[in-house]
Amino acid sequence: MNIVVLVKQVPDTATERKLSPDDNTLDRAASDGVINELDEYAIEEALLLKEKHGGEVTVLTMGPDQATDSIRKALSMGADKAVHLVDDALEGSDALQTAYALSKALGTVEFDLVVLGSESTDARTGVLGAALAEYLGLPQLTLAGKVDVDGSAVRVQRATDYGYDVVEAQLPAVVSVIEKINEPRYPSFKLIMQAKKKPVEKLGIADAGIEADRVGLANAATETVDFAPAPPRAAGTVVKDEGDGGVKAAEFLAEKKFV
Amino acid sequence: MAEVLVLVDHVDGEVKKVTTELLTAARRIGEPAAVWVGAGADSGTAKLAEYGAQKVYTAPAELADYVVAPKAELLAHLAQEKSAAAVLVSATPENKEIAGRTAVKLGSGVLTDVVDVTGEVVTEHSVFGGATVTHAKVRSGVPVVAVRPNSVPAEPAEGAAEQEEVSVELSDAAKAAKVVERVVQEKGERPELTEAAIVVSGGRGVGSDDFSVVESLADSLGAAVGASRAAVDSGWYPNQFQVGQTGKTVSPNLYVALGISGAIQHRAGMQTSKNIVAVNKDPEAPIFELADFGVVGDLHTVAPQLTEEINKRK
Repeated sequence: MNIVVLVKQVPDTATERKLSPDDNTLDRAASDGVINELDEYAIEEALLLKEKHGGEVTVLTMGPDQATDSIRKALSMGADKAVHLVDDALEGSDALQTAYALSKALGTVEFDLVVLGSESTDARTGVLGAALAEYLGLPQLTLAGKVDVDGSAVRVQRATDYGYDVVEAQLPAVVSVIEKINEPRYPSFKLIMQAKKKPVEKLGIADAGIEADRVGLANAATETVDFAPAPPRAAGTVVKDEGDGGVKAAEFLAEKKFV
Repeated sequence: MAEVLVLVDHVDGEVKKVTTELLTAARRIGEPAAVWVGAGADSGTAKLAEYGAQKVYTAPAELADYVVAPKAELLAHLAQEKSAAAVLVSATPENKEIAGRTAVKLGSGVLTDVVDVTGEVVTEHSVFGGATVTHAKVRSGVPVVAVRPNSVPAEPAEGAAEQEEVSVELSDAAKAAKVVERVVQEKGERPELTEAAIVVSGGRGVGSDDFSVVESLADSLGAAVGASRAAVDSGWYPNQFQVGQTGKTVSPNLYVALGISGAIQHRAGMQTSKNIVAVNKDPEAPIFELADFGVVGDLHTVAPQLTEEINKRK
């Protein structure tokens, strides 16, 4: 079974993240790029499925040159090879344009399953898996907390407000995972060394058959008009518990009419 | 005035609060038209009328037998047929997915996790864990907008709420992922996390899977219970109650954080709460930077005392 894992490089949430005043897009120079956390769970799930059913795991990333760091990380976890969709024309693409571009890039790879994280820590739109399934015309098995493949059928537990739905479809399909699904492995020294030799294919938009007028900031259907730092919260009161901390908290809640 | 489609969230005919918030927001843009999938529209229509819905489009429950795609087909079909000015849904994980697919079908744009929206459909977003406020718009086509629950205060207004049945011929692609079983876990009497006016959450400081100290305080306030990632990762509380970057985003009137340090991962899920109360042993915990009222102390003594005091004052 051949699996493609989608990986996104995002600014480290531990650093101060910024938008660029020039075009209101992410300021990639302002913070360190790291692999999107949920994507590590997607990679792990792909590797577990490969260990069980055989086949190959291919990493697919869309992003600037620096995204190679995240590709290497994914390869050092055990993925076999990578495709890097990189083109200046893609810069500033919104979530739906990204889904479109990835759907075209997926047309250059043979796969039975696409696995991705259910959202990224930067934009957090949570629409990519669904939009990708729409563009590809494939079953959408998103928000999965468990994935089982049996022959040509795939079954997932899809997280819901009340628990989960059991959802079934035929391969090929698009699966997005939530963090409860597994515990991502740490790359071993051996795998890190091997990762350096694994093939990374660079793909431009022409190679993937992506029309230049469908991607990039200028052609995006959405536009960030402006941005500003959130107004600071007014400083609150902090008291030390001297046996009456609960009473004091109750007084605060009473003052605010919650009790 | 053009119609603004609002996808109704309901549980067996009972309309969720977020839908009344969406209808309120829709009135700024045009004429609200509710879209109801499944049974129970007759019992829910009164509520929709109370918040200004002029129309209620009803579609069969069968649409919910498959993942996301049928509802997107329905919304896209209605948006085109009615020349809608916008489509509004609540920003739940599932509805954001519906929004994404609807926008793809319409060839328009999608805006998610919106905390406010104007009549010109300029949306406000709280991003980077609440550190930055952005405004955005859709440049072409029908804007599809997912609004965070508890963001736009619901205001009543009279509406005709005229019912109209919609028939949709689902494509084969829409039936590709079938729901074969629904599993309900831990459905208690407490309000739903994202809808609740008050949320009480427990974190690492709770110390074990005995969450009763958190639950008792929540119950005294009629609140929902949440948990930090540390608590969920430790297996102390089920996954669907996780508040934070990779869990639920909540925006209640009151958020009580018990034994939660307030790392960015958690703040991303609760920073837009209107009032924040924190109890933590560590006076340096970043949660105190956000708190309107903080108690430096052991939650195992402070929270029970607070619960008792609240129950006394009732």
